This record gives sequence, structure tokens and C-alpha cells, in this order.
Amino acid sequence: MAKRLDIKDLNLFYGKFHAVENVSLAVPPKNVTAFIGPSGCGKSTVLRSLNRMHEVAPGARVEGKVLLDGEDIYTSTVDPVEVRRTIGMVFQRPNPFPTMSIRDNVVAGLRLAGLKDKKKLDEVAERSLRGANLWNEVKDRLDKPGGGLSGGQQQRLCIARAIAVQPDVLLMDEPCSALDPISTLAIEDLITELKKEYTIVIVTHNMQQAARVSDQTAFFNLLGVGQPGQLIEVDDTEKIFSNPSQKATEDYISGRFG
Amino acid sequence: MSTNLADPQRLATPPTFQSVSVNRRIKNGIATALVWGAFLVAIIPLVWVLYTVVQRGFPVILDGDWWQKSMSGLLARQQGGGAYHAIYGTLVQGLVCAVISVPIGIMIAIYLVEYGGRSRLSKATTFMVDILTGVPSIVAALFVYTVWITTFGLGRSALAVSLALVLLMVPVIVRTTEEMLKIVPDELREASYALGIPKWKTIVKIVIPTALSGILTGIMLALARVMGETAPVLVLAAYAPFINYNLFDGPMASLPLMMVNERNNPTAAGFDRIWGAAITLVVLITLFNLLATVISRALAPKTK
Repeated sequence: MAKRLDIKDLNLFYGKFHAVENVSLAVPPKNVTAFIGPSGCGKSTVLRSLNRMHEVAPGARVEGKVLLDGEDIYTSTVDPVEVRRTIGMVFQRPNPFPTMSIRDNVVAGLRLAGLKDKKKLDEVAERSLRGANLWNEVKDRLDKPGGGLSGGQQQRLCIARAIAVQPDVLLMDEPCSALDPISTLAIEDLITELKKEYTIVIVTHNMQQAARVSDQTAFFNLLGVGQPGQLIEVDDTEKIFSNPSQKATEDYISGRFG
Repeated sequence: MSTNLADPQRLATPPTFQSVSVNRRIKNGIATALVWGAFLVAIIPLVWVLYTVVQRGFPVILDGDWWQKSMSGLLARQQGGGAYHAIYGTLVQGLVCAVISVPIGIMIAIYLVEYGGRSRLSKATTFMVDILTGVPSIVAALFVYTVWITTFGLGRSALAVSLALVLLMVPVIVRTTEEMLKIVPDELREASYALGIPKWKTIVKIVIPTALSGILTGIMLALARVMGETAPVLVLAAYAPFINYNLFDGPMASLPLMMVNERNNPTAAGFDRIWGAAITLVVLITLFNLLATVISRALAPKTK
């Protein structure tokens, strides 16, 4: 469980467009790393490259290394499907599978990987829903469709679905941007809980959120339109928000631009 | 001030909102008239046709024999007999066609949406499907006649009819399935990939089930369309007044073919059978459409 990620000289492209330039960054295990920065600076792109989701887009290309406990996930012998099973992801908008019940949504990853034992699946469903702080709200309607839940519940359902396959790392792409403040608080509490077992990387536009939930913060910026995004600095969250070493970071977090 | 007291309705300043101008009211009236006119132009022939078919055909299909007997052994002017042989033919030709077309059509659509992207093969396939959509049924029938009968020397049969119908049904299925797969959000595919589910399994277990109700509706509508086709049965199967269960050989009746055949029968019995066959076809197709609605409701993604 909970492995470390090391990003080394990562360059990301969409076709001919150079989206992100020379990112190097270490994500320690059982730790929350937040990516902040203005829109279009490539933080989501970097996040998606960490479990090989970047290459799903047509023409997308990756250069550099991403090491999971020292093992490069971009080596030609590595199966991207295995990478994604090990490094889970939660998306910006809650996206439960509309044809499946709440229980089936949670165990989808395991069931589609071939696990058939119903008792085992029920156990996993309960454990994951408890882990996502959703069990008490849905335990009486596990057979109802996942689409009937509220937005915040759907997002926690998606987190339950992601942790059901027991990944080593959990990536979250602006998981609260479509939610109201109360659901956001529920997810933030959950992130703090999950940190005990998982390595978490979260992209967020909300700097208070980054300050509240993360241990380490990475600030991304882009020099101009059409230029590749860059990692400006990465440090302890406390340091970034009190005394950043770069001027651009200070300007951004104090709201002077972006 | 005094005028205000005399007329409390009158405001000190001109009102911000005014009534709809005459110009706009006239335009609105013209547009409404055009829309209603178009509606009537569309609905009048439809009601007329339905009324004629029901009025002339309904008494015929009320007879239990109609659904259970063939025309075997009856003289042209004799009343009686039934359309069992033609109903069987229409259903079996349609179903054989569907069994061949559905997998081909769905797999083409999956290729186009999930794998093809903007590749040259994908563009060529879309182009071919477009052309095939516009092919008249008589051309499809003659094509099958040329290949199946003239070139390979195989006889006219129900199977040949089904093959011609396949040419008409595949493009319809490809089109509807493609549209249905396209509206499945990419977020669902990504959610599935992110769980470590391979692409093919994502398509089979996530994408297709999400789009299934729409796909089935498309299949049913395509089936309803091909069951009414007349040209392929005229060219590729001879009429048989008796029941022929053999798909591969011999003449086989179908409802359109029965109608064409009875057109040559000038007696009152022939007249009844034409309208009987017509309403039977309408009823069968309506049943298929209803079935499509029921199935798609049952399979549609639910939120409650």
C-alpha cells in the first residue's frame, strides 16, 4: 500500500502543443500533495500523466519518467491498465456508471476484473463505502441507481469506487469543484482520513482547500498563452502559504493575479 | 398634478414595458398558421391511410382463420383462408435479416466511435454507410439477384430476400448505434479506465449498457422498416399460397408479396385479402414499435 511517486523531467504534449515543461517532483507516501495554479497551466495534465490517463486523448504524448516506488510506469513493458489499477483517480465531476446500482458502482472495478464471489464483493462494497463516509447514508438503498444520489454523495460514491480496487496512490482532479460547501467539507474530511492509508495527489483551484488538506503544495504557472506550463516551486504547504521562495507564487496566493 | 389625480392609471413617466407591437403580432400569426398548416398537411394523409386500412381490413383480421390458415387449396374467388403463411414469411425473413445485420451494424458502429477516430478507414466506412443508406431497395434486391442467383447459381429463396434486407438494415443500425454511442459521455469511459478496466471491457460492460435502450429502439425501427419492403420479395422470392418453412429453398409468401399477388385477383375475396394483409403488416410493425418502447424504458439508465 501507499507508495511514493517520483516525477522526473516530465514533458507533456498534445500533438504539437507542448503543454507542460520539465516537471520534477517527489510525492511522499501517506501524504497529500496539492497542485495549484491558474487555469491552463497544466496541473490537471500532469495529474493525468501520473496514471497514464494523459495518453487516452488523441495525439497526447509523454516524455520523461514517472517512478512508482522506483519503477518507471512509462517503460514499454508496462501495461497501462495495470498502472491505472494501482493508481486510482477521482474526477472533477462525479461520474457514477448510470446503468449500475450503488453497490455495483462501488465494486465495478473488481467485478469487471473478474471477481465473482458475491460475499467478498459485498464486503468490499461495505468497507469502501465506510471508507468514503457514505455507508450510513446509502446502506438501505444499495440496490438503487447511483445516479439518484446528490452531487456530493455521488462524488463520495466515486471515491468509494476508486478505493475499492485498493490502489497505492489516489489522484483527485478538482474533486470538489462541482460541489456545495457542505459536500466539500465532507470530501475534505475524507481526504484527511484517506491520507492514513493512501498517497494522495489533488488538483484544486481553491487555495483554502489546498491549505486545509495538503502537506505539500506544488505551484504551476505558465509564462504566456501558448507557452508550456511549468512547475514554479514545490514545498511544505505551510511554507508556500506563509513564505514562498518565488515571487510568482506569492502573487498568486495573495490574489494579485490568476 | 391635477391630471394625475383625475387619472390614477396614468403614470408620470412613460412605462418601460409596452404591449406587443402590431408588426410582431402579425409575424407571430403567420408563423403559427404555417406551423399548423404543415402539421395538417402531414397528419391528414396519415389519418386517411390509417382509416382506410382499418375500415377495409379490420373485419378480415377479426376472423380467427386469418391468423391460422394459409391460402393453400383455395380458388382465387373463394372467400376464406388466411395469411398465416405470409405472416410467417415476413417475420422469419425479417428476423433472419436482423440476426445477420445487428452484430455487423453494432460492430461497425463500435469501430467508428471507439476505435476509428479520424482515420482514413473510418472516414471511408462512414462514406460507404451514407451511400448504402440511400440505396433504393430495388437496387439492393437486384444486386443480391446478380450475385446470389446469376453468379453463384443459387435459387430464389427466403434467405436471398433476407440478404437483400441486410443491405438495407445495416446502414440504419450503424447510424442509430453510432449516435447512441456518441452521446455516452467520455467521463464514463475515463472513470472505467481509471479503475484499471481494459478498453474492450469498458465498451462491453459500461458503454454499450449505457446506450443499450437507444440501440434497441434503433434496431426495432430498422426491423419495422425492412419488414414492409416489397422490392426484395418481388425479385428474390416467388409467392407461395401455402406454408413453406424452408428458408433455403422454394417460394415463400410474405405480407407485401401477398398484397401484390392479390392485386391481380379482381374478385371481392382478393380485395379483402389485400386490405387484410395491409392491416396485418401495420399491426405487426406497431407491435414491434411498442416492444421497442417497452424494452428501452426497461433498460434506460434510472435515477430512482
